[in-house]
Amino acid sequence: MGSYIPSTPAERQEMLSAVGVASFRELYRDVPEEMYRPELDLPEGKSELEVARSLSAMAEKNRVFPTVLRGAGAYDHYIPSIVKYIPAKEEFLTAYTPYQAEMSQGILQSIFEYQTMICRLTGMDVSNASVYDGATAAAEAAAMCRDRKRRVTLISAAAHPDTIQTVKTYCYAAGAELRLIPQKDGRTDLEALAAMLTPEVASVYVQQPNFYGLLEPAQEIGQAVHAAGAMYILGCNPIALAILQTPREAGADIAVGEGQPLGMPLSYGGPYLGFMATTAKYMRKLPGRIVGQTVDAAGERAYVLSLQAREQHIRREKASSNICSNEALCALTAGVYMAAMGPAGMAKAARESMAKAHYLAEKLCALPGVERVHGGAFFHEFVTTLPKTAEVLSALEDAGILGGLPIEGGVLWCATEKVSREALDRAVEIVKEVLS
Amino acid sequence: MNYPIDLKYTRSHEWLRDEGDVAVVGISDYAQDALGDVVFVNLPAVGDTVIAGESFGDVESVKAVSDLISPVTGVVCQVNTALEDAPESLNEDPYGAWIIQVEDVTDSEDLMSAEDYQVYCQQEG
Amino acid sequence: MNLIFEKSVPGRGTEYLPECDVPEVSLPEGMGRADPPKLPEVSETDLSRHYTELCRRVHGVNSGFYPLGSCTMKYNPRIDEEMAALPGFTGIHPLAPRSATEGCREVLDMAKKLLCEITGMEDMTFQPAAGAHGEFTGVLLIKQYHDARGDKKRCKILVPDSAHGTNPATAAMCGYQIVNIPSGPDGCVDLDALKAVLGEDIAGLMLTNPNTVGIFDKNILEITRLVHGAGGLCYYDGANLNAVMGLARPGDMGFDCVHLNLHKTFATPHGGGGPGAGAVGCKGFLAEYLPKSRLMDGGEGIQVRAFAGNFLVVVKALAYLLTLGREGVPEAAENAVLNANYLLAKLKARYRPAYDRLCMHEFVLDLSELKKETGVTALDVAKTLIDYGIHPPTMYFPLIVHEALMLEPTETESRETLDHAAEVFLKLYDLAHEDPAYMHEAPHHAQIRRPDEVRAARNPILCQPE
Repeated sequence: MGSYIPSTPAERQEMLSAVGVASFRELYRDVPEEMYRPELDLPEGKSELEVARSLSAMAEKNRVFPTVLRGAGAYDHYIPSIVKYIPAKEEFLTAYTPYQAEMSQGILQSIFEYQTMICRLTGMDVSNASVYDGATAAAEAAAMCRDRKRRVTLISAAAHPDTIQTVKTYCYAAGAELRLIPQKDGRTDLEALAAMLTPEVASVYVQQPNFYGLLEPAQEIGQAVHAAGAMYILGCNPIALAILQTPREAGADIAVGEGQPLGMPLSYGGPYLGFMATTAKYMRKLPGRIVGQTVDAAGERAYVLSLQAREQHIRREKASSNICSNEALCALTAGVYMAAMGPAGMAKAARESMAKAHYLAEKLCALPGVERVHGGAFFHEFVTTLPKTAEVLSALEDAGILGGLPIEGGVLWCATEKVSREALDRAVEIVKEVLS
Repeated sequence: MNYPIDLKYTRSHEWLRDEGDVAVVGISDYAQDALGDVVFVNLPAVGDTVIAGESFGDVESVKAVSDLISPVTGVVCQVNTALEDAPESLNEDPYGAWIIQVEDVTDSEDLMSAEDYQVYCQQEG
Repeated sequence: MNLIFEKSVPGRGTEYLPECDVPEVSLPEGMGRADPPKLPEVSETDLSRHYTELCRRVHGVNSGFYPLGSCTMKYNPRIDEEMAALPGFTGIHPLAPRSATEGCREVLDMAKKLLCEITGMEDMTFQPAAGAHGEFTGVLLIKQYHDARGDKKRCKILVPDSAHGTNPATAAMCGYQIVNIPSGPDGCVDLDALKAVLGEDIAGLMLTNPNTVGIFDKNILEITRLVHGAGGLCYYDGANLNAVMGLARPGDMGFDCVHLNLHKTFATPHGGGGPGAGAVGCKGFLAEYLPKSRLMDGGEGIQVRAFAGNFLVVVKALAYLLTLGREGVPEAAENAVLNANYLLAKLKARYRPAYDRLCMHEFVLDLSELKKETGVTALDVAKTLIDYGIHPPTMYFPLIVHEALMLEPTETESRETLDHAAEVFLKLYDLAHEDPAYMHEAPHHAQIRRPDEVRAARNPILCQPE
């Protein structure tokens, strides 16, 4: 059995005596006898080597695909080696929330730098220290916008289904209403939206690029939303932001998104990172941890957790959110990724992802029975029809390729800079063989 | 601690100055001292209705937040927006730095005189 | 030290990607951003050194003693990290076909089985990403249960006044009014006060046991029975499970659902504030209300984040559980409690415990007398500890104790560490009488002196101007 308890049996006896009790049971004297020390159906403890064997065996039962053509909210980008090493440093890993600024300047500064990078990427004024993931960031943003008079959230049907469901859940909890803006040819239906923008609407959430990879007329939507006096939340892909119109330029009041593409591996869905940024006007409504710059008693630059009066440990039931942590290590990872890649590297990742997706689309759509389901511009994802879907995907998997995701009406494909032209050609060749 | 005699006070430590057409509201010296350094004031908007005994905003210090409770029912006719940029004036001059002015006053909480309020604060402290 | 932006030189950087081997495409007219984002442009050497320098200005559990009450800062085993970094876990797409994710599902199933056994629950979700997120999910189980029965009059949640701020904040997020139950003189739930508020409008109770002052509520069976009798459900906040895991199960105490902080109790690292994992377990009758992923599982159930949660954190917790096993789990709890009592016994030589009795895994000191005598506050003591390389305890919590310092040493600290910490604490007690001014200004030898938090809040600088 493994154990991480330093004290020896002899020491424990001495310590019990020092406390003035004879046994552990005495320490637990308040625990009623009928529930004390139940028989537990747990396995015997294992040595480190045995644990390593067990978990490695489980990992081996999974299948890692060298080529991934599936996205849908989790993206397989290249992660520079340094991005994996820095967050693995023990100090970063094993610290808690930086409550004591005097011994946490490293974490605080890393978060301040992350906040700055998110502001520069989105064009917004203020970023928080991150939230759990992109879906919760959207839900928190919607909560930020609600007040007594405006209670309704509108969300585009072309947003990620897990985001829609998460926002819906947060609205259900708060007793607020969520209404779905229909899609038209894979994009938010502007006419329908115009009719839905009633005075009780607090905010509108649109994803750019949307779940189908399509580019939304984000600026036009923003104008309509603001004309109706509602707030505009834009869900963004952070890699796309290296080249795409910023949420600020599109008129968003709040920019949110899934930060996973910024250096986090796929990891069966987590840990990921929700980023959240807003304009100066809504600074004090932003939930979550925020790091601010100040000076110490000697006048030196220093960083602290700031604006804490917004938060649950002070505001208790009046807080707009109960969040009291962030994904600090993921924010650190994202910070290292953005600093490593730099503006040129990130733009290259974005442009190459887009180019590869377009190359794949063109080649696939040259095959019989395969065509794009929606018209219009897309970033690095697109939907096609695909005859014999199950067979095609299975053949691709046999060749080590994770094909697109089957969704209603077609297959959602994705390509990133990580996939070579050769791998794309091979994938297309396999699809062609199955279809012929 | 300062308790000007021309003002009325609430149990939640707001003061009220009756100016005939309007009632001026702020927080007491005792309140600002208990809160510590005020860093932000959440203000209502002109035209908002306030209700006696109910919150109309809040004041934040670094480690605390406190609701502002309206002593009267009425309509906000002026807001001291200077507090947005200089919240510290609530600490420096609590009776000069008013927060809101209310008109069309229809109802009021039970308010204390300066003398009674001073006794009340001493009991609380 | 400088910010990474201050080390940036235009044009500098490392090439991580090959040249594009397919034809370039452009964004449609008007869809591009006006200027490239002003991200740092640094060499990899600069980058590596920058973060190494930051890393030196961090105190983790693996750097030194970290008795931060209610946070369970136990040692985070390296093997757990190594397992979570296996490419067979990190390289798996959440929407990969089932045939390719057998291992991931085995991890989740096994972790669920073990944790249900430890908590006395029958089903579990790993979707919540943190403790507060788990609380939210747990209270939503209660909400859905009453809603499904058409029981609309239950609009209130009971929360003890000693509770962490997240409890009332969570209940409010779920649309409930909060009813505070006062604590008795022993820090436990006042049964008469509880009875007085129970009724048809009560949706449920949120409770941690042991509670936030480190005492196991011996009336727990009576408490849950009373709440059930009124038609409410009982939610167990797992914040303090480390004291009783393997020794007493929330399910046996009468709770209907629980959340667990895998990043505390099950030794996964806190990462400077996350990622954690807030697994939520429940009795069978609530299982149908557990969250699902729309894309992974289909259906219309509630969902609290995308996909299956912080999967890698669950891998770490499972590695820890398999290591400890049947004997090791209760042994960890017992030694957490022993270490706390041992440290408390030593500190009682000078300091006044808020509750002078045996404690569970943590205890609270009341420094109000020290403050009266010397002017030295709990904050001053905490800040002076930093100069001795000890992370300060939780300060000014719970709210029902004045000048509170809350210590939780955990089971992974040796007697020498506890003895040394006790020595430092006692020394500071004397120092408070000898030189209070020195302590008001502490720390003196840390990374920085005390920061000006008022300035930070009045004139917020939240990002580096371009």
